[in-house]
Amino acid sequence: MGAEITTDLLAVHGVTKAYPGVVANDDVSLAITPGQVHALLGENGAGKSTLVKMMYGLVKPDSGHMTLGGAAFTPTDPRAARAAGIAMVFQHFSLFDALTVAENIALGMEHPPKPRQLSRQIKEVSETYGLPLNPDRTVGTLSAGERQRVEIIRCLLQNPRLLIMDEPTSVLTPQEVDILFATLRKLSSEGTAILYISHKLEEIRALCDAATILRGGKVVATCDPRSQSAREMAELMVGQSFATPARRAKDTRAAPALRVKGLSAARTSPFGTTLSDVTFDVAPGEILGIGGVAGNGQDELLNALSGETRTQGDQITLNDVAMGGLSPRDRRAAGLCVAPEERLGHAAAPTLSLVENAFLTADTRKILSKNGFINWSAVRAYATEVIEGFDVRTPGPNTAAQALSGGNLQKFLMGREMLQSPTALVINQPTWGVDAAAAASIRSKLMAMADDGAAVVVISQDLDELLEISDRFAALNAGHLSPARPVTGLTMDEIGLMLGGSAAA
Amino acid sequence: MIRLERRPNPSQVWSYLTPVVALIATMIAGGAMFAALGSDPVEAIRLIFWDPLFGEFAFYYRAQILVKAGPLILIAVGLALGFRAGIWNIGAEGQYIMGAIFAAAVGLAFYPMEARWLIFPLMIVAGALGGFLWAMIPALLKTKFNTNEILVSLLLVYVAEQFLAKMSFGALRNPDGQGFPGSRNLSQYASTANPEVIAGTGAHWGVIAATIAVLVAAILLSRHRVGFDIKLMGVAPRAAAFSGVIPARMVILCLGISGALAGLAGMFEVTGPAGQITENFNQGYGFTAIIVAFLGRLNPIGILFAGLLIGLTYIGGDAAQSGMGLPLAAVQAFQGMLLFFLLAFDLLTQYRVRLGKAGVAA
Repeated sequence: MGAEITTDLLAVHGVTKAYPGVVANDDVSLAITPGQVHALLGENGAGKSTLVKMMYGLVKPDSGHMTLGGAAFTPTDPRAARAAGIAMVFQHFSLFDALTVAENIALGMEHPPKPRQLSRQIKEVSETYGLPLNPDRTVGTLSAGERQRVEIIRCLLQNPRLLIMDEPTSVLTPQEVDILFATLRKLSSEGTAILYISHKLEEIRALCDAATILRGGKVVATCDPRSQSAREMAELMVGQSFATPARRAKDTRAAPALRVKGLSAARTSPFGTTLSDVTFDVAPGEILGIGGVAGNGQDELLNALSGETRTQGDQITLNDVAMGGLSPRDRRAAGLCVAPEERLGHAAAPTLSLVENAFLTADTRKILSKNGFINWSAVRAYATEVIEGFDVRTPGPNTAAQALSGGNLQKFLMGREMLQSPTALVINQPTWGVDAAAAASIRSKLMAMADDGAAVVVISQDLDELLEISDRFAALNAGHLSPARPVTGLTMDEIGLMLGGSAAA
Repeated sequence: MIRLERRPNPSQVWSYLTPVVALIATMIAGGAMFAALGSDPVEAIRLIFWDPLFGEFAFYYRAQILVKAGPLILIAVGLALGFRAGIWNIGAEGQYIMGAIFAAAVGLAFYPMEARWLIFPLMIVAGALGGFLWAMIPALLKTKFNTNEILVSLLLVYVAEQFLAKMSFGALRNPDGQGFPGSRNLSQYASTANPEVIAGTGAHWGVIAATIAVLVAAILLSRHRVGFDIKLMGVAPRAAAFSGVIPARMVILCLGISGALAGLAGMFEVTGPAGQITENFNQGYGFTAIIVAFLGRLNPIGILFAGLLIGLTYIGGDAAQSGMGLPLAAVQAFQGMLLFFLLAFDLLTQYRVRLGKAGVAA
């Protein structure tokens, strides 16, 4: 699919969409040819979602128009978009855990065929496209990669002309990514166009034929990703050049500060994962990266470390003091700070202000209250310190947490824990949903913290991130943690095996 | 077309304005109801809202308003703490009864000893303890067996009512009462009486206690870690657990405080305005206090005003009943409208109303 003139499958002509206070799409044009794998690149808030929502009939453009196969295309709802041949796999799956694969797929269909017939169709499609999936399995028992397959097969059963995929690899292991790419290439060779939304530039270079880069709601470039370097695309996306944070010089490893030994914890939800015999330690000045696909025990591990789940005292120790039986506040006082993945509702209270949310965890270490009486001016000062130190964009410290964008709130929450200068810091998904520049800044701050002597544990699904900042790497699989290995010299294949639970040590 | 749009930040202005708007809407709708019943709506509204405060007999009515508002405020302040945390004590009426019975029992045990300095404070403690213990039943059942505190606390009201009847016919009955049910009159016994602290104002010790409760609760909620934890648990339970709030402790604390305050209200009532334990001692203060708590936006200072307002509608409603022959049901419906409109207009603090199509902001 090169320069020859083809009829565009989907063409977007100068669409504009404004929301109160922000123009999400400003005169955006884009053309996708049949069989093309087209990347849509951009930071959070660049307008990718709005553009895609217009294609999928969820949002109506204020001006501009779209054509599909040459005819005017104005979907009024997703049903109309699907009928026109557009299918979408969302980043967050909409599946019912308690139902089987086939039942979930039938729920999304206008006229589902008989169960047995549907199961046969699912098997056919899954075999044709190399997506192994048993239609009778309960979704709750599937891995994230398998759940994604359910969503993809649900789309493929509609024989779409254009398949939109939103950040599809964020939850996959490297091996699963390979399978997905093989499927997408096969679809493309059969003439299905794919609009691939991602910020992982290497993936885009490996997979896509064309790329449209959005920044601040506008198209800033259209390019062929195969002939551009990842750095060039990143700079187009961010609008500035930025340096990758420098790695620290290696010293000899100090005695571990945070030790977790034989930690077992029951699952926190019916479809959660039971932790069994998790053992690791982190030394001061060290970053341990814990990889793994979501739902393999990350939440349970985090709750056990934060103190929301109590364990036997000596299963978790900080500088040889037993932590397992302590409350979250006692743990913070002892120097163990934790930042959960879910921002609204877990790490922060959505309706409370940033000041109140600063108090939520910083009370103990920053001594923001005396005999229980809160010193609000000290809390406000701390919130302001976090806002300034971590470049949180907010009208002020009295803004409700829910009014901030995800990335800005994440920066605030990271700052809230990091500025407490903990002895050990555990973070689940430090840069989830944060734009590239801010993510780089959070990572370099984490590294600086470790340099200053903190023991840091980063739990993440973003392997690139873990490999960039970690000294050692371990993988969580089905509630088991692999032995940690030094990152230097670790190959992608070895990582894949660790993530898959293989006992290669 | 009318659309509701979620506000990014709850509106401060509307959170203060809604009670006023709700009050006006209640007057309009209530006036219409009175008119439909064949009464002069302006006259009825004036009788309910104006005369008790500024009319010819205001000196009498004003004191009555405080007598009514005192227990309502005292109970509502306690309830509001729990409601803030998402802990729903619906059984304040039962705790109020038990507080009165405990206090009366202590006071009567000393009869006819003259030692007010000892007996009255002991009764205060007993009253609070009675309400506290009664509230501990739903609290412990919830923390141990995860029962629903709404149902348990509510059903215990009816148990308390039966116990009240049993006491007024049995153990606490006045031995000199010629067999009539009901206890001795505590307000006529110097060691247990709860008279007006300032003559002619209606301000008995319960009103003083309510004022103190309002101040303490206001400081607790705005300046203290416990108040912060209460609010946090109400708006984001998981964030509260992450912060280190222990839910079971909050259940015990909130139900305990609201029970104790309801018990205190019962104590001040039985020693003052009611005077004695009778089968009909409880007049629904525990339930009305729920309305007061919400009308006051679960804010102690707001509750102070809400309690006075509801007290006013009680007194004014009585006046309208006797003065204009309005049925009791109409007056109660009028009070219900107030809560209804308040909750309806409450939407405006979280949402704004947009007319027509979505506008484009620059």
